[in-house]
Amino acid sequence: MTLTEACHTRMSSSIAPHEPLVAAPAAATQRMNIVIVGHVDHGKSTVIGRLLADTHSLPEGKLEQIRAQCELNSKPFEYAFLLDALKDEQAQGITIDAARVFFKSDLRHYLILDAPGHIEFLKNMITGAARAEAALLVIDAAEGVQENSRRHGYMVSLLGIKQLAVVVNKMDLVGWDRGVYDGIVREYGAFLEQVGIRPACFIPVSARGGDNIADRAAHLAWYQGPTVLNALDQFHSEPPPIALPFRMPVQDVYKFTKQGDDRRIIAGTIDSGAVSVGDTLIFYPSGKKSRLKSIEAFNRPVDGRAEAGWAVGFTLQEQIYITRGEVATVESEARPQVTTRLRVSLFWLGKEPMVKRKEYLLKLGTARVTARIEEVLRVMDASTLDATEQRNSVQRHDVAECVLRLDRAIACDVAADIAVTSRFVIVDDYEIRGGGIVREAMPDRQTAVRDSVMLRNYKWEPSIIQPEHRAEKYNQKAALILITGEHESDRKGVAKALEGKLFDDGKVVYFLGIGNVLYGVDADIERKQENRLEHMRRLAEVANLMLDAGIILVVAAAELTQDDLEVIKTAVQPDWIETVWAGDNITTDIACDLQLPGGAVPEAVDRLKAHLQDKGVIFRPW
Amino acid sequence: MAETMDHLDQLENRSVHILREAYANFKNLGMLWSIGKDSTVLLWLARKAFFGHVPIPLIHIDTSFKIPEMIEYRDRLALEWNLTMIYGQNREALEEKRTFPDGGVDRIACCKALKTDALKHTLSGEWPRYRLNHTKKTYELDRNTEAFTGVIVGARADEEGSRSKERYFSPRNAQSRWDVGDQPPEFWNQFKTEFAPGTHLRIHPLLDWTELNIWEYIRRESIPTVSLYYDQGTGKRYRSLGCYPCTHAVDSAATGVDDIILELRSGKFANIAERSGRAQDKADGGGLETLRRDGYM
Repeated sequence: MTLTEACHTRMSSSIAPHEPLVAAPAAATQRMNIVIVGHVDHGKSTVIGRLLADTHSLPEGKLEQIRAQCELNSKPFEYAFLLDALKDEQAQGITIDAARVFFKSDLRHYLILDAPGHIEFLKNMITGAARAEAALLVIDAAEGVQENSRRHGYMVSLLGIKQLAVVVNKMDLVGWDRGVYDGIVREYGAFLEQVGIRPACFIPVSARGGDNIADRAAHLAWYQGPTVLNALDQFHSEPPPIALPFRMPVQDVYKFTKQGDDRRIIAGTIDSGAVSVGDTLIFYPSGKKSRLKSIEAFNRPVDGRAEAGWAVGFTLQEQIYITRGEVATVESEARPQVTTRLRVSLFWLGKEPMVKRKEYLLKLGTARVTARIEEVLRVMDASTLDATEQRNSVQRHDVAECVLRLDRAIACDVAADIAVTSRFVIVDDYEIRGGGIVREAMPDRQTAVRDSVMLRNYKWEPSIIQPEHRAEKYNQKAALILITGEHESDRKGVAKALEGKLFDDGKVVYFLGIGNVLYGVDADIERKQENRLEHMRRLAEVANLMLDAGIILVVAAAELTQDDLEVIKTAVQPDWIETVWAGDNITTDIACDLQLPGGAVPEAVDRLKAHLQDKGVIFRPW
Repeated sequence: MAETMDHLDQLENRSVHILREAYANFKNLGMLWSIGKDSTVLLWLARKAFFGHVPIPLIHIDTSFKIPEMIEYRDRLALEWNLTMIYGQNREALEEKRTFPDGGVDRIACCKALKTDALKHTLSGEWPRYRLNHTKKTYELDRNTEAFTGVIVGARADEEGSRSKERYFSPRNAQSRWDVGDQPPEFWNQFKTEFAPGTHLRIHPLLDWTELNIWEYIRRESIPTVSLYYDQGTGKRYRSLGCYPCTHAVDSAATGVDDIILELRSGKFANIAERSGRAQDKADGGGLETLRRDGYM
């Protein structure tokens, strides 16, 4: 008996029958994620303890049990103890939890993400806050606005939480004095305005006494505003930004041919806006264009439209080559920014400071690119929000404004236009160590070339033969191998020998000397330094055509600089380029993938071939 | 996909996004399938993410003490849904009878040997893996012994305390250990997808789901589940599935998904922890967190 037969005979009743769908019971309970932040000892835990107790969200008998324990140990009871007690319970597998505390109002259930008390508070606070829809910021009335009151307020603003209520705690310690409250409203209100947050309210409370948490405070007759619980209930869950321009970072392009599925599906989650079948899409940073043919889904009816919030997939009318990291947009709407220079606001969490001249990895949407600090414009002093003296680094827990320079152009938006596609994180040594938002897309030297390349891609008439089909047919990946070196170096010898070797191996390969372009395609422009950018652009456009034809192109050119390479990368897919320096001393600022010491040409060719095998350009038969 | 998202849509789309991020970023990616309701929902979400296909191998740790019906169900779905199905186990411990049912060790030591150790060494490729041959419909020794660097797991934050502290992408060191106190931050739609050689990541697409959400989704999508979850006329059913010597049925007359949802919403289980039928959780003070720091699912 085969396994299937065995299954079917013995298991016929073991899989539950599919049940008919019945009408869903009463509307699902509303749920909102919130985060509670503020300076240490300003009373975050007490506020949480009170919210749990006064909304009757604690397990039965818990409050009495802790009161009794306190009495036994002759220490005064505090509501903050409730959190610790709940933590102890979790270790025994009970549902309430320290990292996620639930309480409920008449309106909805609240989930407090990441309760305070951890050593790595800021790291966890940010993790929790990024998933929160609203924040409570606690300030001690007696101590007033402190460094972390400001730092956390600024974090809340950078993280994009728009709903904030400020809780002025320990009013009992200042004799319920309205003057103290008004002072904090003035001072902290002015600060919040600077960072672009309009708080819903400032609530005077005594968390210890339960005044103005869930119940009104008798001592605060002068205050007419909401209690903490009322303020929370007045917040609302923000719907996805459907009214903004369409943005969908491409997560992947799927083709499950082996499973007998010929669809080529562009997959991603829609960050903003909406898209419909028939829309003309433009993908950035490449600028490539196609029309949306169909929206695809598994076990879900699809209509011809998809909106922000949905993880979708679609097929295209014209087959264009795009990859993860591009952003799909709709032609008739505002286009995103495309650049290699960004002015950003960022926060840094790494133990090592973020420094100039070091390479970091920047992740924005699905794009991943090497980034460096070009300039630290200012580091915020959290106690004054004033810019500090000129600095070259960003220290742990600093908030700074910087210019970042990227290895290649990405598509993004500025925070004022579309927040979600302005957000990035910085990775160093495998860990996310910082995050921020794009304030401004700054021009770079390649702006003009990039515009012409995007127009070229927009106007591009795609072949019916896909790049992957050419790669399969030729048994190679198209690549541009740039061999450069000092004027005296034998780069041409190496390039020609490589061409010969690959040709003998049956590869589709072509050698292109820089002179072949200079006196032909470039015949109309003078060979002068000020035309160098245009020479490079034309070389790159020629290379792009040959790469599109599936060819391995070997170019030899003397003393290429990083600037030259940046221009070439703008016109040619950057991951299709291999840069090689021939000679012992690298005399320009170019970043090379491989250096070949001077010497015998055959050895250089062998090393080059091995490098191309390592990079998967050609196949390694073992 | 233009209607307002309900809470199940929100959970589903977030999980799909996470699965696609995992697939795009990890070359050696695997998904643990315990045959239970959570990891089966996860499997279903993979079919959503990849438009009916599951391009990620499924890994089952077979303790040999699973309720037989679970294995039959596993193989049936693997064939029907064209899954790359792999299983691994601790052969040595089983042969030497170092197990709780054999009377050799206590529950925690048994869990460690048959689950944690088996999982660790199956993931690393040090111990043999067995792969389902869809033509012959039998399991064969898997020739691929590469370590998995990304492992998708169906853990939910609401299951028990230690799981609530997980990130969506949680790092594990070379010994599969988890440093609960010092985890990387995780915000917006960005996850830890870079990792040092020798380490791996556990990926948790179901972190925000509750037990109730799982059953609501099973009902909405008509996902096939093992009948052990339902009362077959004995007045008992399983709420959580594991090895038969350590998992006890609960008293319940729920015969289908609707009954279970009703039970969880307002009925007898509304305030009782789901894993209350799992004996190993109670074996010592912080049983499960201890197991989980060491690599347990």
